Amino acid sequence: MPSLPDMATPEAERLAQEAAQPADPHITDVALKPALFDWLCRMGDGALILGHRTSEWCGHGPALEEDIALANTALDLIGHAALWLELAAEVEAQGRTADDLAYLRDAMRFRNPQIVELPNGDIGRTLMREFLYDAWHYEMLLKLRDSSSPRVAEIAAKAGKEVAYQLDRASDLVIRLGDGTEESHARMQAALDHLWPYTGELFTDDAVDEAVAEAGIAPRASELQGPWDATLREVMGEATLTVPDRRADVHLGGKQGRHTEHLGYILAEMQFLQRAYPGAEW
Amino acid sequence: MVTDTLPSTDTIRNWLGEVPDPEIPVISVTDLGIVRDISWQGDTLVVAVTPTYSGCPATAFINMEIEAKLRDKGIEDFRIERRLSPPWTSDWLTPEAREKLRAYGIAPPIDGTAPDGRTAARAARLAGRSNLAVDCPRCGSTDTEKVSQHGSTPCKAAYRCRDCLEPFDYFKCI
Ligand SMILES: [Zn+2]
Repeated sequence: MPSLPDMATPEAERLAQEAAQPADPHITDVALKPALFDWLCRMGDGALILGHRTSEWCGHGPALEEDIALANTALDLIGHAALWLELAAEVEAQGRTADDLAYLRDAMRFRNPQIVELPNGDIGRTLMREFLYDAWHYEMLLKLRDSSSPRVAEIAAKAGKEVAYQLDRASDLVIRLGDGTEESHARMQAALDHLWPYTGELFTDDAVDEAVAEAGIAPRASELQGPWDATLREVMGEATLTVPDRRADVHLGGKQGRHTEHLGYILAEMQFLQRAYPGAEW
Repeated sequence: MVTDTLPSTDTIRNWLGEVPDPEIPVISVTDLGIVRDISWQGDTLVVAVTPTYSGCPATAFINMEIEAKLRDKGIEDFRIERRLSPPWTSDWLTPEAREKLRAYGIAPPIDGTAPDGRTAARAARLAGRSNLAVDCPRCGSTDTEKVSQHGSTPCKAAYRCRDCLEPFDYFKCI
C-alpha cells in the first residue's frame, strides 16, 4: 500500500514490519494454502477496488463534507485491503508483498466480487453500492471475529469497528435520499434496481468458500444472506424503496477472476505508476 | 549497553509522552493510548504500537517519530511492533488527553457511543436524525449539530455549534 515518505529514518518501515504475530497454524497449512490465499485476496481485493472507486470522488463530492467523508471511507477500505493482502502474501510465501499483489496482478488474478468494480454513477448509486457492500462486509467481519484463525480474527475485529461506522453512515444517507425528494427517491430506486443483479455474488458459495469454512476460518458466503437481507429490508423500508422481486445472482464470476470490462480500466489507472516505474517509492 | 543501565519502561513511557500525535499535536502518542506495551527482551527494547484507524496515513509517521525519540535518548537496540489486537478504541484516551483536546477546540469522544452498524435506521425512525449531544468545546453549549460523520482526519467528525455558531471537530467514538 502507498506508504508515507521515509525522510529521516530508513529503518522505520523494517522495524514496524517485525511485528510479533499470534501463533496461527492455518497460515502455514500447505493443503489449505491455495484456498486460503484466494479467500484472503477476495477480502483484500473487495476492499481495495471499492476503496479505489470511492477515492474517485475526492475533489468531486457534491458537498465539501461529503467529499471529505468519501475520502475517509476510501482510506479505511484501503487500510483493510493492506491488512488482508499482507496476510495473503504471507500465506503465499513466494516473496511477494501486499504492494506486489495490489499493483502487479492482472485483472484475471483479482478476486473481488463484480459489484465493487462497477462505475460509481451518481452519488446516489455510489451510496447505494456502499450500503449494499457495507451491510455484507459488516456481517462477514462480525462472523470472522470468531474465526479459528487468530490472524483473521484480529483483522476482522479491527476492520469491523470501522465498517460499523461506514454502515451507519451509508444507512443514514440511503434513508434520507430514498425518503427525500421525488428526484432523490427515483435515483435511489434506480440505483438499487441497477445494482441488484450483482448482489447475489456475495452469497454464492464455491470450493474456496467451502474449504475455508471447513477449516473454521470463515462462514460460507451463503450463511450471510439471512442477516444481510434483514438489514436490507429494514433500511429499504425506512427509505421507502422497493427491494426488487428478481433474481439477484445474475452477474457472477468476480470471485473466480472473471470480471466486467470496468476492472481493467481501474487497474490501468491504479497500477500505472508501478508498471511504468517498477519499484518506485515516494 | 549493560543490563543494569537499561532505562526502566516507566522512563521510556515518559519519553514517548513527549512524542506528539502528528495530526493533533497537543496530545502525545501515549495520551492517545496507542502505545500498548513497552518491554525489554534481553537488551532489546520492544515497543508495541497499535494503529488508530486501519488506513490512517499517520501510522508510518508515528513509528518514525517514536524511532527518532528513542535514538535521541540513546537507545540503539529496539524494535517497534504493530499490534492489532485488541483493536484501538477511543476509550483509551487518557482523561488528561480529553481535557487537552477540549482546550485545543476538539470535542473529546463520548464513551460508549461507538456505532454498532445497526443504529442509523433505528435512530432515523426515532428522531429523524442521529445526533449525539456533543458539547461545544468553545462555549460549552449542548445545542450542536453534526455536519458530517467525517472530518479533517480519519479520527474526527465535523460539528457546528448553534449558539456560538462556530464549527468544530468531534473526536469520533470508535
Ligand atoms: Zn459554541
